[in-house]
Amino acid sequence: MLSSRLVFALFWASTATLANAEPSTAGTPDAVRQKELVRLVRQDCGSCHGMTLQGGLGPALLPATLQEKPVEGLVATIYYGRPGTPMPPWKQFMSEAEAGWIVQQLMSGFPQ
Amino acid sequence: MRLFFVFLVALLLGACAGPQLRGTGDLGLVIERASGQVTLVNTTSRQPYARIDGLGDLSHASAVYSRDGRYAFVFGRDGGLTKIDMLEARIVRRVMQSGNAIGGSISQDGRIVVAQNYTPGGIKAFDAETLELLSEVPAEYAPGKFSKVVGLADAPGNKFAYALFEGGEIWVSDFSNPKQPKTQRFPAGLQPYDGLVTPDGRYFLAGLFGEDGVAMLDLWQPEKGSRKILENYGRGQEKLPVFKMPHLRGWSVAQGKAYLPAIGRHEVLVVDVATWKEVGRIPVRGQPVFVIARPDGRQVWVNFAFPDNGKMDVIDTLAGKVVHAFEPGKGILHMEFTPRGENVWLSARDDNKVLIYDTATFSRVGEIAADNPSGIFFTTRAARIGF
Repeated sequence: MLSSRLVFALFWASTATLANAEPSTAGTPDAVRQKELVRLVRQDCGSCHGMTLQGGLGPALLPATLQEKPVEGLVATIYYGRPGTPMPPWKQFMSEAEAGWIVQQLMSGFPQ
Repeated sequence: MRLFFVFLVALLLGACAGPQLRGTGDLGLVIERASGQVTLVNTTSRQPYARIDGLGDLSHASAVYSRDGRYAFVFGRDGGLTKIDMLEARIVRRVMQSGNAIGGSISQDGRIVVAQNYTPGGIKAFDAETLELLSEVPAEYAPGKFSKVVGLADAPGNKFAYALFEGGEIWVSDFSNPKQPKTQRFPAGLQPYDGLVTPDGRYFLAGLFGEDGVAMLDLWQPEKGSRKILENYGRGQEKLPVFKMPHLRGWSVAQGKAYLPAIGRHEVLVVDVATWKEVGRIPVRGQPVFVIARPDGRQVWVNFAFPDNGKMDVIDTLAGKVVHAFEPGKGILHMEFTPRGENVWLSARDDNKVLIYDTATFSRVGEIAADNPSGIFFTTRAARIGF
């Protein structure tokens, strides 16, 4: 049981490293889709979070403001929204993997 | 006779050398949100006449005008406040007044420009002539707790009404003495997202995001306190997701009725302004963002939040329903009517165009190239209460 959990954890760790090292692995959106997602974030998420992502009615989405936050929580916030706040679920416009890609980009400095 | 002579000389001199005289009543500006520029436009020729850059982050920027319509005050997202001379087409003054701003307003007498800020939460008053800071009202709704300010609107008596998003309150600050404003506080409800003053300056409404309803304050009788209207308009049904916050302004009052965006419902709510009772709801094709009456009140135009932001619905206020539905372009962010409403200008952000429509025939009569256009602001706002 313990070993299978360990293997599982190792598997996740390795895929995470892979994803970081090779942006072209499965689950990473292709260049065209990346461009669409960047525009979506800047223009449409930007209506609350600011086009420069420095915050507005919604909080800032800059690397410094996100670094303490758990990645899975951020992905879930995008994908499922956050009840009790104005943050809506974006799942009809992207896959969970794409939400993950967005979080990764936000945490490392979002493309223009 | 002497006056006539002076006039004649002035006319001749004008013809020879000086700049051509002109009024400002048919001018306006278009915010180009991504590039920190504004394009100055003429609503008679339907053409741009100048472009000014260096205004900083203009996402969600808005503008108000001096009462002579000559100067525009542009409030940028990054806290920049820029005064533009519409006739000389240049920046007169520019100050960075906060870290994160959301708009502003100008006083009844035209002497005070007030900015509303998210960070640090509160409002700041500036001398309209010099942009010198006069005073500020921090939105500290509980000890050490500051709120984002939304819905700032001017009211008669050099007062400004606004709402506190986190604080859940309506505040009215009286700037009769611009250096020592006096503020009254009223309960609003959960998460007010924007506000409006009715065109007569009497009522301030704050739309609520966190609950179904709108908070209302009679500015003529503030001692009676605020109350809620349109309570429970969602009737407990699950809300649809809202991908962009709606906006409110006094322009949505027409023919004795206020047309307001529902939150989480694809409807425009209709309220009788005499009784403040709901008198109808009109189904539309998305989450309404701007619900704006043509100046004569016969039509109300509606644009929508993502992903329906390519659509526009036009309500006929006599028929009480949508009579024209179309898709003018991609990313329709804002609209502005010409002073008497024969045309409407729409910003199509993703088409990089401003589209001009005839409101009687719904045909397109012109377009202007603009880089990611958002807000469109015409000088006629200078003479209206609540803008």
